[in-house]
Amino acid sequence: MSQTLPKPIANADSAPYWDAAREHRLVIRRCRDCGALHFMPRYICPECWSEALEWVESAGKGQVHSFSIIHRAPLAEFALRVPYVTALIELDEGPRMVANILGDDALSVAIGDRVSVTFEDRGDGALIPQFKRTGV
Amino acid sequence: MTAEFSLRNKVAIVGVGESDIGRVPHMTGLGLNAQAARRALDDAGLKVSDIDGVLTAYSFTEPYFMLGSVLCEYLGIKPRLNASMIVGGASPAVMLRHAAHAIALGQAEAVLICAGENRATGQSRDQAVAALAAVGHPYFEQPYGTSIPGFYAMIAQRHMHEYGTTREQLAHVAVNTRKHALLHPNAHMKKPSTLQDVLSAKPIADPLGMLDCCLISDAGGAFIVTSAQRAADLKARPVYLQGIGEFHTHEHLMCAPSLTAFGATHSGHAAYGMAGLGPQDIDVAQLYDCFTIVPIIELEELGFCKPGEGGAFFEAGHASLGGTLPVNTHGGMLSHAHAGAAGGLFGIVEAVRQLRGGLGERQVEGAEVALVHNEGGILSSHCTLILANEKG
Repeated sequence: MSQTLPKPIANADSAPYWDAAREHRLVIRRCRDCGALHFMPRYICPECWSEALEWVESAGKGQVHSFSIIHRAPLAEFALRVPYVTALIELDEGPRMVANILGDDALSVAIGDRVSVTFEDRGDGALIPQFKRTGV
Repeated sequence: MTAEFSLRNKVAIVGVGESDIGRVPHMTGLGLNAQAARRALDDAGLKVSDIDGVLTAYSFTEPYFMLGSVLCEYLGIKPRLNASMIVGGASPAVMLRHAAHAIALGQAEAVLICAGENRATGQSRDQAVAALAAVGHPYFEQPYGTSIPGFYAMIAQRHMHEYGTTREQLAHVAVNTRKHALLHPNAHMKKPSTLQDVLSAKPIADPLGMLDCCLISDAGGAFIVTSAQRAADLKARPVYLQGIGEFHTHEHLMCAPSLTAFGATHSGHAAYGMAGLGPQDIDVAQLYDCFTIVPIIELEELGFCKPGEGGAFFEAGHASLGGTLPVNTHGGMLSHAHAGAAGGLFGIVEAVRQLRGGLGERQVEGAEVALVHNEGGILSSHCTLILANEKG
């Protein structure tokens, strides 16, 4: 079923992110000048406008900052998956990202739950970072 | 920062118009804009040839490139000021700010501000939902099946977590605006709804159900802005701009600095500062209400209550007609109409009508000063404005 869901689309800003995901690694951008970390990869540091950015590996752990259980899918591909959880994950490194909470206990999710990254197959070797609850 | 050029008492809204609202299958989006514009022009007692500036926003159902030019062409207007401005739901208030600056600088004398689309009948419901899904980030949000209600639901969930806001308090917002809509002759929704109706409505994205979400309407709205000097000679009682400010913090929820503190605090501060007024001076407020959590947050950020008390404000009836601060007296986007940028524009139309007076049962007694807040994206872009029926 998951292979009918959208595949990630890489562009010049994000290709290394999706390449890393194929190797089961979650990477984020770090500024060599000010040290700020950011999600949603950019060409420039959104804190200090430095162009000296590098990719660093996230430990893939964090907590649920907020979430919603979706009952009405926005796109037909997701209709088979309802109800499903979309969540805003705060990585232990700081940046926040959106993902689904997967797993049998996903619908019991609560704010503050500890989660760790897992990778969902979206077909043709494309993997997309997702999260599972890990308890306290 | 240098002090902002003050727009206080410089311009007035002199005409307002709403198209037919609801399901209007015999009209296009541009036609709805034209009908609203025609009604605003008649309301102002102006001629088409008096309009020398036109601003509009965007359309999902008729996504023309250069929509501003397309609208002028459709209306047969050759203006010296024209643009389409896209800051989501904040667009109408932001357009007013640009129009006011242009008028104050002599770049235009009478600016028509127009928005709306045929969202109810110009596309299928699935198309409407899919088009709105595109507001999520194409590479880092959409692949997770995110939806606009889902983003706002996450904001609601966090508000409930931090402040103890309840599901019932969210529902009170919907019930309150529906009561007001029943007093508006042109509102999309014509039937009352109870707290139980809202709580038991089809779930969309927890904690939000169908009746916590704005409508999908066919609707166009328009208003006309001119100099305060010129306004004095026109047909309708002028409503003067006292203060206006905007603030922008992000577009996508994953990049929002906070899920409980947004840019309305800053846009409100700027508007109050320009007007020389504060929350205690406001008689009626038209707050953006795409989802029930939003006016709760706006009440808090705009200083009408403390952080975390917005839900209780609605629950206590303070935001109802007859309460301390009637909110969304036309029924808001939850019950009056929502069609793209027209949603927030109707808040401006209603504020003008309240300040002119004579609305019967819907009238806020003695209303002299009104506040309108528009927001766009996922509480991303904010614009607050303050209007008064006398120069301040």
